Amino acid sequence: MTDGLPGSPAEVPEHVGGPHAAYQALLAAGVLSFQACGACSSAVFPPRGRCSSCGADALQWRVSTGHGTVYSATTLTPRDRAAYSVVLVDLDEGYRMMSRIDQAPVAIDTRVTARLVRSGDDVLPVFDAEGEDR
Amino acid sequence: MTEERALRGRTAIVGVAESDLGEVGPGVTALDLTEQAAGRALDDAGLTITDVDAVFSHSAFYPMPTVVLAERMGIRPRYSDSTATGGSSFLAHVRHATAAIEAGMCEVALIAYGSNQRSASGGLISSGQNHIPSYEAPFGPRLPVSAYALAAARHMHEFGTTREQLAEVAVAARLWAQRNPAAFERGDLSIDDVLNARMVSSPLTVRDCCLVTDGGGAVVLTSAERARDLPKPPIYYLGAAEAHWHMNISQTPDLTVTSAAQTGPRAFDLAGLTPADVDVVELYDAFSINTLLFLEDLGFCAKGEAGDFVSGGGIAPGGHLPVNTNGGGLSYCHPGMYGIFTLIESTRQLRGEAGDRQVADAHVALAHGNGGMLSSQVTVLLGDASVV
Repeated sequence: MTDGLPGSPAEVPEHVGGPHAAYQALLAAGVLSFQACGACSSAVFPPRGRCSSCGADALQWRVSTGHGTVYSATTLTPRDRAAYSVVLVDLDEGYRMMSRIDQAPVAIDTRVTARLVRSGDDVLPVFDAEGEDR
Repeated sequence: MTEERALRGRTAIVGVAESDLGEVGPGVTALDLTEQAAGRALDDAGLTITDVDAVFSHSAFYPMPTVVLAERMGIRPRYSDSTATGGSSFLAHVRHATAAIEAGMCEVALIAYGSNQRSASGGLISSGQNHIPSYEAPFGPRLPVSAYALAAARHMHEFGTTREQLAEVAVAARLWAQRNPAAFERGDLSIDDVLNARMVSSPLTVRDCCLVTDGGGAVVLTSAERARDLPKPPIYYLGAAEAHWHMNISQTPDLTVTSAAQTGPRAFDLAGLTPADVDVVELYDAFSINTLLFLEDLGFCAKGEAGDFVSGGGIAPGGHLPVNTNGGGLSYCHPGMYGIFTLIESTRQLRGEAGDRQVADAHVALAHGNGGMLSSQVTVLLGDASVV
């Protein structure tokens, strides 16, 4: 955090198109990323063009450690697959994302870590409760 | 520029109607139901298509809904508004129509909705197709229910709200529905029935979730001057407010507070009223948690206390506040976007037309619409002639 922004700088591949494409390209390279605002230092997710806290055109790509805390969770029990939890995770860098934990139920406030998995053409960040072997 | 407070009492609802509700069967389209409701609402108002010069609508079934509806009915409006904020759209239309009427841009506004989602697909039809990436769908939430389930889980975590208290909302709605012949579900329902029903997305069971029905509704709004010459007692616009803070549930900063915390106080301020002045409350109860969140955010109880507020039949017939007197989206009717029905039931209660479910001495009603994933909130305060 030497530059005063959350996370650490991320190298975005060139010519990737818009913010979503950049995020996907970083995931494909094994990096979970978010954006931080060079003007107000806010963490921003999901990807966008300008800071949604202050409006500045100053977003920078940052690497996330993938460590976070479950803010809320709901369990789904489909007939055709194992029960799973859809969670909202507050990442330590100060942004929130929806994800999945292949465990049910999951308690609010559980500490979790991201794991990148391939899903079709995309790479998705799913989470595991910390301290549990995979 | 006109101060918004000056709109109080300047327009009135003069006609309301439902289309056929429930399960209309094959061969009836969403547009058929919209037209049917609109025609009946004009009949109720003592007006015809030649009187209508403004059309307001939203649809998940066909694009450009005001243009489509106006062609179907033979209306050539000079004002057209397809504001699309989900189920709250129709309450926003009331506010927009009031502003337009006051500005002289139109005089008679027709607001209409219809859906045949039950007969057409058996599932909830959502507005529009998304051609932008989702940061939620790949993780397997069952939307919209999982979004509301996440809010319910957080409310339970922060305030000790229980599943039994959520179930109270569904049971109260059913008790009201048993007094409404138009309600879709009128069988007995207990707290245990709700708790033991199929879990859809924890902590919400299928009985915490709205119905999937067909149905349409329409409202006719005009100037207060013109309203006084029409057959039904005018139900006056007292104030309304709109807000939205997010679209996706993962983007709301606090799952236990909706933007109704902004629309409620603003609407009350515009109307010169407080929650204590409200005689009947019609909230968009897509899920049981909605009713708890909106009772708190609109100021009927403190944040975190809605579970206690609804316990012991608090919002059921004979309770301390009549809420969702038609049976709500949980037991009466939920054709995808429910907002228009909060306006229809408010109007009927204030006219004294609500039959077995009539609330005594009802002079002020609050109608509240929700759209998206607790996203868009619109509050409308209505009153009879005694409060203007």
